[in-house]
Amino acid sequence: MKILVTVKEVAAVEDDFEIDGLAIDERYLEYDLNEWDDYAVEAAVQIAEAADEDVEVVAATIGPERSEETIRMALAKGADRAVRVWDDAIAEQSLLDVDAKVSVFEQVVAEEDPDLVLTGVQAADDAFGATGVALANRVGYQWAAVVNDLDYAAGDETATVRRELEGGVEEITEIDLPAVLSIQTGINEPRYASLRGIRQAQQKEIAPRDLSDLGLDAESVDGALELVDMYEPESESDATLFEGSAEDTAAELASVLRDKGVVGE
Amino acid sequence: MSDVLFVAEHRRGELRDVSYEGITAGRELADELGGDFHVAVVSGGVEAFAESLNTPEVDAIHTVDAGEEFDHDTYTAATEALHAEIDPAALVLPNSVNGLDYAPAVADELGLPYATDAVGIEYDGGLTVTREMYGSKVETTVDVAGDQFVVSIRGGEWAAASGAGDAEVSAFDFDESGVADGSRVQGFEEVGGGDVDIGDAEFLVSIGRGIEEEENLDLIRDLCDATGATLSSSRPIVDNGWLPKNRQVGQSGKQVTPKVYLAIGISGAVQHVAGMKGAETIIAINSDPNAPIFDIADYGIVGDLFDVVPALIEQFD
Repeated sequence: MKILVTVKEVAAVEDDFEIDGLAIDERYLEYDLNEWDDYAVEAAVQIAEAADEDVEVVAATIGPERSEETIRMALAKGADRAVRVWDDAIAEQSLLDVDAKVSVFEQVVAEEDPDLVLTGVQAADDAFGATGVALANRVGYQWAAVVNDLDYAAGDETATVRRELEGGVEEITEIDLPAVLSIQTGINEPRYASLRGIRQAQQKEIAPRDLSDLGLDAESVDGALELVDMYEPESESDATLFEGSAEDTAAELASVLRDKGVVGE
Repeated sequence: MSDVLFVAEHRRGELRDVSYEGITAGRELADELGGDFHVAVVSGGVEAFAESLNTPEVDAIHTVDAGEEFDHDTYTAATEALHAEIDPAALVLPNSVNGLDYAPAVADELGLPYATDAVGIEYDGGLTVTREMYGSKVETTVDVAGDQFVVSIRGGEWAAASGAGDAEVSAFDFDESGVADGSRVQGFEEVGGGDVDIGDAEFLVSIGRGIEEEENLDLIRDLCDATGATLSSSRPIVDNGWLPKNRQVGQSGKQVTPKVYLAIGISGAVQHVAGMKGAETIIAINSDPNAPIFDIADYGIVGDLFDVVPALIEQFD
């Protein structure tokens, strides 16, 4: 069987940063594998490792050449190969919307014909949280969003998942395959890439694809959403801030705690 | 095509807060568009739900009597059928966990632009949505092209509608025979339990990513010992397996209302804040002066927790 995992290189922003036009200035960004996708990769690799049959794990990403470094982390953790889609038309988008992403992944699914697709619940940068379910609808797969427990063995025709609802309630659902599952953090413990894994990843294939390779044109990624402004939210803080040394601030805080009556004199 | 349709949300017999917040958001948008505001409620005790949702802001309520609980196949099909009937300019859905499980399918099926997790919506000849990116570090303005669109709204961003209205309530029938059955809800389970109920605590010391390493938790345990506080945490600590799930405060964890909530090394992501904003007094210790936790804190210390917490422990030794 085959598991496709959609992964994304996302930028983490330092505490202090500056915005340059419609983006955060490059100096304040550090790139990494999207946290949710890390859990999705781990879930896929665990299924493959536990299987009696051969399970291929393919990572698919939409990202520039630079993102190969990050995608190799997925390969180092056990994915067998990767597909990376990029194109000038994608680069030109101010914000690649859900429809555009799904149009690309739809073609990757058509090429790869996976039994199971795992995605992260959302990407830490644009936070749409919609690609997995929209993709499932587009390709006619079943789906479940915000999965924090997955009971599935390679070859099974159904998966049992838990969906993490708000307020500490979980929904238990049985899903027919093929399916797309969006994976929540905490579902497993993502492994660190071993040195051996990192070495092996250098030999694994990251196949570059542009839109024409996938039978698409620039219009397919010309989304309806356009980013027109980016700014730091205005602080609404009216907190009383204690200033000074750690000892001074701790003393003031201790006095508040005593005043509130939650600790004794 | 200037109407607005909002689909309410309920779970285990109760309408969720976002249902009333969505009424406020939907009404504002309908006023800007110059159309009527429709609310739909799907599954469960729809007649009783319709009565609660019938606030002065609503023009029409549609009940879809199909199944008891949320089922994404039913919700997707019912919403599409309602959309075909009402033909609204805007379809507004909650960006809740269940919203995440069907709204993207609806938008894709309808072939409409989809803006998610809106914290602000305006229509002035075109739809403009305010969204956050990079874990709430920046806010963005996004223009949405098209005469029709789908937008999902973040809970807690609009005031909840209340009061009695006189909207016409009508039952909406749609052809359920074609509804997919590829996923089947088997049941629900409460998570947590365990050794302590953080919901009962008067003084919570809550720790987040800022603690960096599991062994550093001992420092926070020492603080709890010195002050008699109960230890809780934000999501990453539980995801890492450093504390059990019953200690997690937040949207997907426990909602707490202690007398004092001391947040240490917690940035204050919206999902966390949803679980603790009801605390009487909120105190934050964080090295990032721009951390959103300071927006809701009553008292704060901008500093390194590894300096401040030992000094705080000394105050009580």
